Amino acid sequence: MFDFLVSFIPRAVTQGIPLMYGSVGETITEKSGNLNLGTAGIMYVGGISGVIGAFLYENGAGKNGMNGFLAIFIPLICCLLGSLIMGLIYCFLTVSLRANQNVTGLALTTFGVGFGNFFGGSLIKLSGSDVPSIALSKTSAFFSMKLPFANKLGWFGKIFLSYSFLAYLAIAFALIAAITISKTRTGLNLRAIGESPATADAAGINVTRYKYFATCIGAMVSGLGGLYYVMDYACGIWSNDAFGDRGWLAIALVIFTIWRPGHSIWASILFGGLYILHIFIPTGTNLAIKEIYQMAPFVVTIIVLIFTSVRNKKENQPPASLGSSYFREDR
Amino acid sequence: MEERIPVLQLKNITKRFGEITANEDVSLDVYQGEILALLGENGSGKTTLMNMISGIYFPDEGEIIVRGQKVSITCPKDAYDLGVGMVHQHFKLVDVLTAAENIVLGLKEKGALDIKAASARIKEICDRYGFSVDPNQKIYNMSVSQKQTVEIVKVLYRGADILVLDEPTAVLTPQETEKLFNVMRNMKADGKSIIIITHKLHEVLEISDRVAILRKGKYICDVVTKDANTQELTDAMVGRSVALNIERPDPVDPSPKIVIEGLTVKSSDGVTKLKDVSFNINSGEILGIAGISGNGQKELLESIAGLQRVSKGSISYIDDDGKSISLIGMDPLEISNMGISLSFVPEDRLGMGLVGNMDLSQNMALRSFRNNKGIFVDKKSPHILAEHVVEELEVNTPGISTQVRKLSGGNVQKVLVGREIAASPKVLLTAYAVRGLDINSSYTIYDLLNKQKKKGVAVVYVGEDLDVLLELCDRILVLCGGQVSGIVDGRSTNKKEVGLMMTSLTGGDDNE
Amino acid sequence: MNKEPLFHITRNSNIKWYKAWIIRAIAIILALILCGIITSMTTGLNPIGVYGTMIDGVFGTSRRIWMLLQNMAILLCISLALAPAFKMKFWNLGGDGQSLMGALGAAAVMILLGDRLPSGLLIIVMIVVSILCGIIWAVIPAFFKAVFNTNETLFTLMMNYVAIQLVAFFVIVWEVPRGSGKIGIINQNTQAGWFPSLFGSKYMINLLVVIILTVLIYVYMNYTKHGYELAVVGESEATAKYVGIKTKRVVIRTMVLSGALCGIAGLLLVGGSEHTLTTTLVDGRGFTGVMVAWLAKFNPLVMILTTFLLVFLDRGATEITTIYGLNDSFGAIITGIILFFILGSEFFLNYRIAFRKSGKEAA
Repeated sequence: MFDFLVSFIPRAVTQGIPLMYGSVGETITEKSGNLNLGTAGIMYVGGISGVIGAFLYENGAGKNGMNGFLAIFIPLICCLLGSLIMGLIYCFLTVSLRANQNVTGLALTTFGVGFGNFFGGSLIKLSGSDVPSIALSKTSAFFSMKLPFANKLGWFGKIFLSYSFLAYLAIAFALIAAITISKTRTGLNLRAIGESPATADAAGINVTRYKYFATCIGAMVSGLGGLYYVMDYACGIWSNDAFGDRGWLAIALVIFTIWRPGHSIWASILFGGLYILHIFIPTGTNLAIKEIYQMAPFVVTIIVLIFTSVRNKKENQPPASLGSSYFREDR
Repeated sequence: MEERIPVLQLKNITKRFGEITANEDVSLDVYQGEILALLGENGSGKTTLMNMISGIYFPDEGEIIVRGQKVSITCPKDAYDLGVGMVHQHFKLVDVLTAAENIVLGLKEKGALDIKAASARIKEICDRYGFSVDPNQKIYNMSVSQKQTVEIVKVLYRGADILVLDEPTAVLTPQETEKLFNVMRNMKADGKSIIIITHKLHEVLEISDRVAILRKGKYICDVVTKDANTQELTDAMVGRSVALNIERPDPVDPSPKIVIEGLTVKSSDGVTKLKDVSFNINSGEILGIAGISGNGQKELLESIAGLQRVSKGSISYIDDDGKSISLIGMDPLEISNMGISLSFVPEDRLGMGLVGNMDLSQNMALRSFRNNKGIFVDKKSPHILAEHVVEELEVNTPGISTQVRKLSGGNVQKVLVGREIAASPKVLLTAYAVRGLDINSSYTIYDLLNKQKKKGVAVVYVGEDLDVLLELCDRILVLCGGQVSGIVDGRSTNKKEVGLMMTSLTGGDDNE
Repeated sequence: MNKEPLFHITRNSNIKWYKAWIIRAIAIILALILCGIITSMTTGLNPIGVYGTMIDGVFGTSRRIWMLLQNMAILLCISLALAPAFKMKFWNLGGDGQSLMGALGAAAVMILLGDRLPSGLLIIVMIVVSILCGIIWAVIPAFFKAVFNTNETLFTLMMNYVAIQLVAFFVIVWEVPRGSGKIGIINQNTQAGWFPSLFGSKYMINLLVVIILTVLIYVYMNYTKHGYELAVVGESEATAKYVGIKTKRVVIRTMVLSGALCGIAGLLLVGGSEHTLTTTLVDGRGFTGVMVAWLAKFNPLVMILTTFLLVFLDRGATEITTIYGLNDSFGAIITGIILFFILGSEFFLNYRIAFRKSGKEAA
């Protein structure tokens, strides 16, 4: 059992980190009253932007050898920029032009997934690879660098220290977001906007600016999830559609954690575990049943959804203005 | 008064909403250390005007001058920076946050968020002016007057010295009002300027130093309170000499239509809204229901209309043959399926009585869409009814296919009342039927109610204006804290008696 | 502090219908121009040539036109399913799952009963089973929404993935041949459960069914009591209760309809065109359908137009990809951009930007 956990937990964690980025980013966004269903698309764009950056740098720096700092810095910046632009598109449409949030989010996902697959496909063609994927193993090697002494510490090292810096960054983001939202002035203002933009407005808070900032920061955090997925989890290999439905799962996690980014840390890892549970359950030759096990994260989300609605506690509700746009002169 | 410099000046302010002009060429001065009452009928543009100095709306024309400087208030923050703070009639508080959190919301104080320090300052403000607030209490656990206190403290915390209070007493009991007035006097003594929006004359006379009167969006005049009297103010407010004379025909052989006994209603979170209420509604008369708003009026009407879950007691309808039918546990559809013709004009016109995004004809169909046999909706008869109502009640609308939300408040109410009366009801329940209407529209509504009464309909009129209740109703039931504090005869009672009963249960032992 | 705002925004509720359509048309044209620029920038192709190729790819041959119609039929069917739910403000993002369940039902009947029932009866059983499957998938979230007010957006979304896994499970159970992980064409030899060709086209039945459904849903939403009730519930639940509409019943009833139509879409996919079952069979149409329905303001007749727009983009993009050797996701990018523009254009229908005349004071 212990051996099982030692091998299972690290895999659940690496599986959970993209979800953690996605859900923390979406929580920040939703706290401002924006329900961004485009997160799935944003994570794609974050991933592919990083891949493009890495691809250009790997090819450009081919002869002289790669600088470790740049190998990380360039994809990171590309990823943040790509996700930021997605966040800006969403904000411009829903906040400035007050378009319907759900439809905008879906359109953003269509666009983002298409964007990811289009440029992914183009890069695959450019690299002349035989398989339908592109390998950026050199960049990935930098991204997945781990603490040198992690292996020497036995099970403890494996469970707690065997991850790359992006994994710890995700946890740090979750904690920072949690503290910011619950303890700071900015967080208080943000919560007020999500609950009642008219109130926040009357209190002198710039609602539009907050919505833009929260949503764009949220988008950038989510985008990092895409980057982590390609560069670390998938060892630098981009193949189209491989990211799958993790974006939607991240949105589900926001509800699962009842809008508390701190809880996202364990919840993401739990979901990561549920996501790969089917690999660890011995089913012999019965492959079909594995598909049933893969339902686990979705079914769990549904059950949590039902429970929170049945309990109907005031503090556990979504931000009251979630999904609706704000116009001051509406009476 | 001696020469003083105004702290706030409004010059030639105009504000339009589409076709409607809410304020036209309004100029107004406010001086330091005075309480200015802004008096006007509903819809006279008082709130709109104040919203422009608090940054909610931006004027189309004109200028605002604060302490001698021309300013541009584009958002509430600008207003706070100028020391202007407004307490809105509909509180702007976040339910899930605490009082302290709401108070410091949006402030850009130096350093980290320190709720403890904020709480200490809140205590200090409270002590200074005589409030009491628990900084750690969540808003959703508060009473209306507590919420109002939080709002006022919020404004003071921001260092406002020009305060705008929009109809602050509408939701308060007389005792709470008295407390509020004391606080206001303390603030005035502290050198603050206060603008209080109200349409209650006696309050104006009691608290204010000066009165400014608005009518139909225009500035009429201002007078020093101690030189003013009620008649003068009313005339200025309404624009002509009015003697509030409402016709009151004698009841048409009244007999019980609805009999209510021991009615108790609890809200979904277990708060008792009505307790052991018993009374009759008679045909051919208008029963007034008086009480401070939020004392169970809404629940009472909704229980009769089949929209509230009743915990205890009985509600029976007496049909023309004298047979009694229990209405408990029935929803509106079941009630009408029983052949009981009961009409209800709810308080929330666009949120409950009508659908704002539908046109007049579709709104008429709300009551009648089931009448057709088969699966289809009859579109013709609602259309005819809509035309009829528009013509009969002189509804000002571009056409039948105009969305109802685009109409003005008075016209919305005419559409609603017109539809409810069209069903030729036996019982007609109305909640705040003239709220927000100008004098003319109000009179149209009174006429309609009287016509129904003469037809033998049992009419219930829930109102907030005691003068109207006393002139219109045959009997007045007074609610206090969800209980009946008495039923009095409209012809023989007076304002003082009813007012007293509104605040305490001493008016009568029980009913009848 | 003393700056006057340059402009401010006011609501504009009285826009003429033709102005509205002009604004939308401008939005689409702008989007196409932007897409053209992006196309030539990323691929170096002449955008006009690309659009020409798209048109050719969609209308070039009668086979292509049939493919267009077939794709439109399925997308329209799912959009029709979603429209009443959305009009009721029930955010049914589960069109994918509900359709997939319909497909699963139809495929199950074809596989399990294909050689036991006569063809006519088989198809009837398929119809019933797939409609039922769609309904079940739609009613579960509707029930919880009605009773506990459970957030339907995420519930229906999650149901999609449960459906996908369920289909994945059965695909392995029924795989042909063993170990391939695929079902392949069902009843290839007997063609049991395949819808017959009509007027020489195997897609004609699908097309007819969806045309009839479009008319029916249009009538349902605009002329029936049910349609009126769901519109009132969507606008204001309090008003609905006030006039005695049983809102819970309306929510569940409308979702039964929604699920049934999605089930039919799945049925048409399996019985009418694809004759197979895969997890990607519905291909995100449940989401595209949301946009189709919303862009058309839930009017089924206008939805024919919006369906055409989206399918045209998709089919056209597929053509570009094969001709120019691009990646087939190009269509999604173009679709996304056009949607952004249409979404943005709504602002100009609902609001008006007023520039302040500065310096003018009333005398």
